[in-house]
Amino acid sequence: MTQATFAATLLRPDLPCPAGLRAWNGSDPGARLAVYRNNVVSSLIDAVADTFPVTQELVGEEFFRAMASVFVRQHPPRSRVLAHYGAEFADFVAGFEPARAVPYLADVARLERARVFAYHAADAEPLTAKRLGAAMSSGQDLCALQLVCQPSTSVVVSEYAIVSLWAAHQGDSDLSALDPALPESALVVRPGLDVLVLRLPPGAARFVIALQAGAGLANAAVLAAGEAADFDLPNVLALLMGHGALITAQFPGSLSQ
Amino acid sequence: MSTLSTLLGLRTRRALPAVPKVRTGPGLPVRAGVGLKPEHFRDVLETRPDVGFFEMHAENYMVDGGPFHHFLGRIREHYPLSLHGVGLSIGAEGPLDEAHLDRLDALIRRYRPASFSEHLAWSSHGEVFFNDLLPVPYDRATLDRVCEHVDRVHERLGCQMLLENPSTYLEFEASTMDEAAFLTEVIRRTGCGLLLDVNNVYVSCTNHGRNALATIDGLPLDAVGEIHLAGFATDHDAAGTALLIDSHGSPVDEAVWGLYAAVLARIGPTPTLLERDNDVPTLATLLAEAQRAEDLLPAPAESKRCGIYWGCS
Repeated sequence: MTQATFAATLLRPDLPCPAGLRAWNGSDPGARLAVYRNNVVSSLIDAVADTFPVTQELVGEEFFRAMASVFVRQHPPRSRVLAHYGAEFADFVAGFEPARAVPYLADVARLERARVFAYHAADAEPLTAKRLGAAMSSGQDLCALQLVCQPSTSVVVSEYAIVSLWAAHQGDSDLSALDPALPESALVVRPGLDVLVLRLPPGAARFVIALQAGAGLANAAVLAAGEAADFDLPNVLALLMGHGALITAQFPGSLSQ
Repeated sequence: MSTLSTLLGLRTRRALPAVPKVRTGPGLPVRAGVGLKPEHFRDVLETRPDVGFFEMHAENYMVDGGPFHHFLGRIREHYPLSLHGVGLSIGAEGPLDEAHLDRLDALIRRYRPASFSEHLAWSSHGEVFFNDLLPVPYDRATLDRVCEHVDRVHERLGCQMLLENPSTYLEFEASTMDEAAFLTEVIRRTGCGLLLDVNNVYVSCTNHGRNALATIDGLPLDAVGEIHLAGFATDHDAAGTALLIDSHGSPVDEAVWGLYAAVLARIGPTPTLLERDNDVPTLATLLAEAQRAEDLLPAPAESKRCGIYWGCS
């Protein structure tokens, strides 16, 4: 029996036990193969549950594990590093019919995935106000200034109150007073050892996404203002600087900070 | 254990082949160690417990940055490390994943562990990673392949690896030798060491109706560089016979402690790891269990570092 045959049975409980396996006491090897099948699926469900604890709380453990068991069979890990597992989970949840009753579930999953990504992302020292000030007073065209975000940075845009929902499950606020239908966008970033989840003001999500794509300060601000008329650039810059979300201020073609 | 060697017309005790000594080191201290769990990072640094070494799962640290590297780096300043891989898939039919070897190499360069070990098992097929240690048939083709893979590990990482005997729940009709004979041949041909998981011996022997002590006596005990101890769970097969599961989720069973003492009586004091990966208790609880192993080893002042094997320091 090849490993391809063995492997195929691991994620397919409907397939019969392949030939070529045996038990010393002559008992059905299928019952023993079931140990491997269970180890594989349950360990992967555990890995998903570790990454998405609030998603699990929102639907309950039983529902979550049933949903995750479908996910792990459809999307088994492609990496031997399980920290990276679950990138497709939020999209899977969005298309998982039985979860339709919880419309914000997929976006909360996106936020949780962003947190794990941030946790293991590369480290970088936050940009200091002194260095930002030096760049701004360098005499070069400020419109072209590029602000580089932490490698751990993700923006999660949602039609739902994902930051409030997530925070409520950290014991930070009252779940009953929360309106999940209020749109919120999250900035997830890790400037030191702790991952931060910040609620972004209007336009700020578009601004940070533009910075991540390499846009200069002026272009990013124009994009943000086009999306939200009340986009407040100084306020957003203060927010990003205050939380250590930026690491470099540079001009195109230069290595200065 | 000489069955296969006899078949092949070879002497059973040949000098170990040379392994590149690019990174020679002292190996693990002859003490008890515990598995390093993220929930214990801060506790370890704040209490600095008197424990011989920490063992970490290599794949958990194959990330770019963050708290795992932060804490491991600080813990490494105070303790020897054992790098224990769970994802290299040495028993796979396909070639080893060179990118994964690169990641292991990077960890060895960064943390200079005293030992590197992996399993006689496979965990990946094609692109899919199953996150489990899957069994291999003990036949000639598998033997040749595993030896090629261990040789490649030695070549790429520049240090001797320890190969761990697995817990298994099934046997293959294709097998032509027993596990001890298979491991003996891999070790003879590649010069790797043996990570003797005493719990795995007990689990596999129970699951396959074999005598654990006789199995241990069939292994090349002079190649043991480290011992693992762990807890198992009990299930039953289709005939209602006990089927033990290598769960790492409970304290070491008394039967395994007994087997451990028998092993030490045969090979003398050996670096010993207490493994716990599920239902992880407090650090103090793990350390108490490690102390029971340490009590069976000589006092630290008398102990010497394992001189037979060089590690990856």
